[in-house]
Amino acid sequence: MEKVIQTEKLTKRFGDFVACNELSFDVDKGEIFGFLGANGAGKTTAMRMLCGLLKPTSGKASVAGFDVFTQTEKIKMNIGYMSQKFSLYDDLTVSENIRFYAGIYGMKTKNIRTKTQELLNELGLQNEAKTLVSALPLGWKQKLAFSVSIVHAPDIVFLDEPTGGVDPVTRRQFWDLIYHAADKGVTVFVTTHYMDEAEYCNRVSIMVDGVIAALDSPVNLKKQFNADNMEDVFYQLARKAKRSDN
Amino acid sequence: MRTLFFLLEKEFRQLLRRKSLLGMLIIAPAIQLIIMPLAADFSVKNVSIVVVDNDHSSYSQRLINKITAGGSFKLAGYVSSYKEALKMVEQDKADLALQIPVNFERNLARENSGKLFVAINAIEGTKANLGGSYLSGIVKDFDDEIRIEWTHDATVDAPQISVASSNWYNPFLNYNLYMVPAILVTLVTAMSAMQSAFNIVQEKENGTIEQINVTPIKKHIFIIGKLIPFLVLGIILFSLGLVLGRIIYHVVPVGSLIVLYGSLVVYLFAMLGLGLLISTYSATQQQAMSLSFFFINIFNMMSGVFSSVDSMPAWAQAIVQTFPPSHFIKIMRTVVLKGSGFSDISNHLIAITIIGLVLNTWAILNYRKTA
Ligand SMILES: Nc1ncnc2c1ncn2[C@@H]1O[C@H](COP(=O)(O)OP(=O)(O)OP(=O)(O)O)[C@@H](O)[C@H]1O
Ligand SMILES: [Mg+2]
Repeated sequence: MEKVIQTEKLTKRFGDFVACNELSFDVDKGEIFGFLGANGAGKTTAMRMLCGLLKPTSGKASVAGFDVFTQTEKIKMNIGYMSQKFSLYDDLTVSENIRFYAGIYGMKTKNIRTKTQELLNELGLQNEAKTLVSALPLGWKQKLAFSVSIVHAPDIVFLDEPTGGVDPVTRRQFWDLIYHAADKGVTVFVTTHYMDEAEYCNRVSIMVDGVIAALDSPVNLKKQFNADNMEDVFYQLARKAKRSDN
Repeated sequence: MRTLFFLLEKEFRQLLRRKSLLGMLIIAPAIQLIIMPLAADFSVKNVSIVVVDNDHSSYSQRLINKITAGGSFKLAGYVSSYKEALKMVEQDKADLALQIPVNFERNLARENSGKLFVAINAIEGTKANLGGSYLSGIVKDFDDEIRIEWTHDATVDAPQISVASSNWYNPFLNYNLYMVPAILVTLVTAMSAMQSAFNIVQEKENGTIEQINVTPIKKHIFIIGKLIPFLVLGIILFSLGLVLGRIIYHVVPVGSLIVLYGSLVVYLFAMLGLGLLISTYSATQQQAMSLSFFFINIFNMMSGVFSSVDSMPAWAQAIVQTFPPSHFIKIMRTVVLKGSGFSDISNHLIAITIIGLVLNTWAILNYRKTA
């Protein structure tokens, strides 16, 4: 199996505080990799290092075959990222947002037009093309943000709590999009606080206080922790956490 | 280049969509431009003058008549000594005291030179100072008059009366002519530095900057994409100001528009650099607002809009040299009033360019894509 993300003792310190402590893991091509952990565990920090947004303190990591210390610009060409904070322009319309991101990733003008149409159809947003993003319901915004983050057909997409705050049906629809992308060979690296979503992943890592406490497929994890569901697995691990944002 | 095109397209779309902001950007300055010169009108009217005529000659009489004839000065009275005259100034009964010394006429005739003493009431400083310079202008006129009379007399050298004249480029002391260019500068300053800072910080607040940072956009391209719309907006605002100044105050620049706009672009480059720098130090729009108000207030107070930089202490003048608006105000005034060309204002242009380079370099170094 081809590895598209490899990390070895990847560490990030903010002053004395160790946000991510010696993370070592691999992610296979085409995999849906769940990245779990309580608030403040260090998920976003790890993800930002992998995306080239944050310089690691020590350790090694490569993403899409490029080094996170020296080749961040190359990494950026090959990944998509949907940040925890909302990332579309509220004061642009749906199609203007698609056009902008497609444009800055260097897509040809003609292709932008067909791609926009394709995305709108896929999302069922044909009638909302000229709607300002600020006027869309949250669930639609999230689906749009996801589609925009993979508009340039990246190898890997990083999703930071992409489904926060929406109902189960909308979350289910979102995961359909994720599966669809994974089918096309996109590797999905996703953080979530929803344990039903963890079940959808091929493999799951659970972070506790900056370290990876467990990493395996949901089935194996449940076996390992003698649990009925992922919720139980998560609870057994996360209650040991000392760190919490809330 | 294509990236820049898409960035610009996005910026202009967002800008045009914010109708309220656009309205404010255009209407607020227009109102300020209409009101401020009226409020800040220090033109010379009814400056009271007390005269000590120690010469009692026909020339001294002629000079006094000439001074009081124009309507700018009203005679507060004649007194017999300079001391009494100063007393009247002290008691606020007169803004200016003029002493014509004994032998004024004789010296004028014999030595071709005359001396006048002028005391200025520093409490009503602006009025009296302007009055003082205006008085100098009248004296110079008077000087010219008698010179012409005397040169008819072939062989005789023309006399010189010494009073420094400072307002020769604005001989009618039309204060609007002096204020409008400076107020225009303050408007462009506020718009460029503040709005560019707000705009970038807004992307930080909304989180969209994270998304931009994870794309392969080069940071200088992103920054250029942010600055160009405000450059355009600054030019539009400036043009609007020029038109308004012309319609309302009949201020028509003597100098060329190429010089004006060339300087404007250099100036905007520096001020947008400041906005950018402010944005790199601010996480929220509130911080950006406080920082930009800080600078804009200092600029407005110290760059010579209302007060003269030349009358500040040396250390303050040195500081003001680093303020881009102080240079641009000088440029505007000389180009609008005197018609100066690029060579006359090159010092100021070079200064603004250097400041602009420093600000922009600093901002770009500080604007870290990987925060
Ligand atoms: N720039 C920073 N400076 C200092 N500390 C930071 C910084 N960024 C994150 N941290 C700290 O690092 C820890 C991990 O933060 P991180 O955002 O990675 O957590 P998370 O797992 O994504 O949490 P959540 O589920 O709430 O999103 C937190 O305690 C946070 O306060
Ligand atoms: Mg997070």
